[in-house]
Amino acid sequence: MDFGLSDEQKLLEQTLRRYLDEELPITRVRELVAEEPGNDGGHWKDLAELGVAGILVPEEHGGSGLSILDAAVAAESLAWNVAPTPFLGSAVMASVALTTAGSSAQQARWLPRIATGECRIGVAATELTSRREDAGVSERAGRLNGKSLMVLDATGADHFLVPVGQTGESLALVDAGARGLTCERLRTIDRTRGFAELVFDDAEVADWLGERGGAETAVCHMLNAGRIALAADILGASERAIELAVAYAGQREQFGRVIGSFQAVKHMCAEMVAELEPARALLWYAAHALDGQQEDAALMVAHAKAHLSEIGREIVRTATEVHGGVGFTDEQNLHYWFKRVGLDRQLLGGPDQLREQAALLQGWNTA
Amino acid sequence: MDLSYSAEYESFREEVRSFLEKNADRAPKVGLLMSVGKPSQDLLAWQDLLIENGYAARNIPREYGGYGAAPDLLKRVIIDEEFNRAGMSRGMAGQGPDMLVPTLLEHGSEEQKKGWIRPSIRGETVWCQGYSEPGAGSDLANVQTRAVEDGDDFVINGQKIWTTTAHHSDMMFALVRTEPEASKHAGLSYILIPMKTAGIDVRPLNTMTGAAEFNEVFLTDVRVPQANVVGQRGEGWKIANTTLRHERNMLASSAQLEGSLLGLIALMQREQCNGVRAIDSPLLRDRLLRLQARVLALRYHDMRMLTARIKGERGGAASLVSKLAGCEVSHQIAALAIDVMGELGVLYEGSRYQRADGRWQFLYMFSLGLIIGGGTAQIQKNIISERGLGMPREPQSQTRR
Repeated sequence: MDFGLSDEQKLLEQTLRRYLDEELPITRVRELVAEEPGNDGGHWKDLAELGVAGILVPEEHGGSGLSILDAAVAAESLAWNVAPTPFLGSAVMASVALTTAGSSAQQARWLPRIATGECRIGVAATELTSRREDAGVSERAGRLNGKSLMVLDATGADHFLVPVGQTGESLALVDAGARGLTCERLRTIDRTRGFAELVFDDAEVADWLGERGGAETAVCHMLNAGRIALAADILGASERAIELAVAYAGQREQFGRVIGSFQAVKHMCAEMVAELEPARALLWYAAHALDGQQEDAALMVAHAKAHLSEIGREIVRTATEVHGGVGFTDEQNLHYWFKRVGLDRQLLGGPDQLREQAALLQGWNTA
Repeated sequence: MDLSYSAEYESFREEVRSFLEKNADRAPKVGLLMSVGKPSQDLLAWQDLLIENGYAARNIPREYGGYGAAPDLLKRVIIDEEFNRAGMSRGMAGQGPDMLVPTLLEHGSEEQKKGWIRPSIRGETVWCQGYSEPGAGSDLANVQTRAVEDGDDFVINGQKIWTTTAHHSDMMFALVRTEPEASKHAGLSYILIPMKTAGIDVRPLNTMTGAAEFNEVFLTDVRVPQANVVGQRGEGWKIANTTLRHERNMLASSAQLEGSLLGLIALMQREQCNGVRAIDSPLLRDRLLRLQARVLALRYHDMRMLTARIKGERGGAASLVSKLAGCEVSHQIAALAIDVMGELGVLYEGSRYQRADGRWQFLYMFSLGLIIGGGTAQIQKNIISERGLGMPREPQSQTRR
C-alpha cells in the first residue's frame, strides 16, 4: 500500500509541464485563444504523441492504457498552463464512454484516431445534470431531434458524443458535418475552452454506442470520469494561482517592504495552501476509487468535485486579491486561471447539486 | 497509488478484529475528547494489553518497552480503521506518549530513552509540557524561566502557564534559559523536571469549558540534575520544535475528526424539530456534507503524509497544514451539532434534556482552545507561509537579549 503518485505519474507531470512551459506559455495561449476560444494551435497532435490524447485508450487501440488517476495528473498539468485542449471531451469523456459502452468493432473504429489526436469529440452532456431552455435530445426513427446547450470541447470537434433520451440512456456519435445538425458557438468567460449549442433537426447518427437504451452505466462512468478531470483541472489551476500570488508578493514592494512580509498577505497565502493540499489527497483517492470501481467511488467523486469547486473559487479570488489592482488587469494574465476555475465549477453538476447527490448516495435525503 | 491489501494484510486485519471482539468488555469507554486526567486503572490495564499485542507503541523498540514492529503504514491504517469501526479506545494519548516519547527517540541519550520511554508509554509516568509562559506565548522563544548552573545541577526559577495535566503529572519536559548571554533562540535548553521536586507550586487554571484543564506552574529554586537536559545545552529551541511538530500531529488527528463526524451524523438522524429530522433539513444537511468533504480530505491527506514520512520524503507546505485545517473542522462539527439541537443546544452541566452529556458544547469550546493552543492559528499560518512557501520571515524586533 502506498498513498501517493507513482514515479511514472510524477514523470508524466514533469514531462507535460516541461512541454507546456516551452511550447504553450501563457503568452502563446493568449495569442491562440484570441483567434478562437479553445484553439490549441496544433499542439493537441504533439500532446497526443506524449500520450495525452490516448491516455485512457487501451494499448491494443494505440493508447497509453492508463488510469483515471493518471488522467487526473495530466488534467492538473494542463490546467497549470491553462492549455487549450479537448482533453476533457476527447481524452476523458469520449474515451471512457467508448471503452465502457462501445462494441469491440466500435472501439477499433474510434479509439485509435482519438489516441492520435486526429479525431476530436465534443460532448453534449449538460442535460444529464441540468435541463434548461427546453433542451434535450430525443430519437425518432434513428435520427436525433432537440438541442443541447453548453456542449464542451466543441472547437475543432469532428464528432459529437450525445446522450439521447430522458436520462441519456442511449449514446450517439454524430458527425460534426451531419445533415440536420447545426452548431452555434457560445462564448464563455474562459477562452481556453470552446463551447457550442447543438441543434438537431432529424440529424443523422454516425454510430450508436452499445445497446440503444442500455448506456446508463457508461453514461454514469463517463460523467464521473469527467468530474474527476474537472476537479483535477481546478486543482492545477488553483495551485498555479497560489504560486503566482506567492511570487508576486515576494517581489512587489509597498511601505518599503515586499508585501509578502506582511502577515495580512502571508496568511492569505497560507490559507490557500491549507485548503488546497488536503483536497489534493481527496481527489487522488476519488480517482483511485473510480479506477477500482469501488463502492464508495460515486460518493468520493461527488465530494471531490464539489469540494474543489468551493475551495478553488476562494483560492483564485484570494490569489487575485494578493496581486492587488494588477490582478484585476488583463495584462497580468492571472484571470486566465480565475476563469478556468470559474468554468470548471459549473460543468457536469455544480457543488450544490453534487452535495445533494452525495446525500442521496448515503440515503440521507429520503424525505 | 496502491491501496490494495495482500493476503498478509488481510490476515492482519482478521487478527485485529478478533482481538477487538475478544476484548471488547475490557476496553475503557471512549469520549469525543482526548483524556486530560490521570489515567484510570482500566486504561492502564488496557494500555498494557495494547502494547503487548502491538496496537500501541507499535514501532517503539522493544528495549524501550515498545512492541518493536518495523514501521508499516498499512498495518497502522488497518489498526486505526478497525479500532475506529469498533469504537474502541486506542489507549493512552497525551503529552507523554505522543510528544515526549518521539522527541526522546530522536534526541534523547541512551540512558534517557531507557529510563523514560517505558513508563511513559505505559502511562505509569504522566507528563506535562512546560513551554508557555505569561510572556512567552506565540513568541515562545522569549522564555524567561532561568536555569542557573550549580555543581551538577541546574537551579530553576520562573513560571509556566497553560500546563495541561500538571496537577497529576509526574514529570514535566520544559524549555528553560540556560545561556543568558546567547541570542534569544540559542539560549534555551530542553530539560526533564520531576514534579515532586521541592519548589514547584501547581495552581489550576479554570477555562471557559468549566473544567480545569490547565495549570499555572511556579518554579522557585527548583534543583534538577544537569543530566536531565535532552540533547545539548542551548539546543532547546530545535528540540522543542520537534515536540511541537508531534503536537501538531496529535492535535489534528483525522481519526478523531471522523469519530466526531459520525457522532454528528447519528445526532442528525435522531434529533427532530417540528417533526422533521435534522438530516432531512436541506440547509443543515448541506452544512453536514461540506464538513464531511473536509473530514474525508483530511483523512486522505493524513495517509498521504504518512506515506511521505515512511518514504523519508519532505512533505513541504502540505505537511504543515493539518493542525490549522483539522482544529477548525473539529470546531465547525461541534458548531453544527449545537445548531442541530436548536434551543436545547445550550443545555450544560448535566441539565435535563441535555444531549450526549453536554459533549457538543464542551467540544465547541475545547476545540476553540485547540485552535489557539499548540501554536495559534495565526502562528500556524506564519509557519506555513514562511517554512512551507518560503515567504519572508517576520522582522525580529529583538534578536538578542
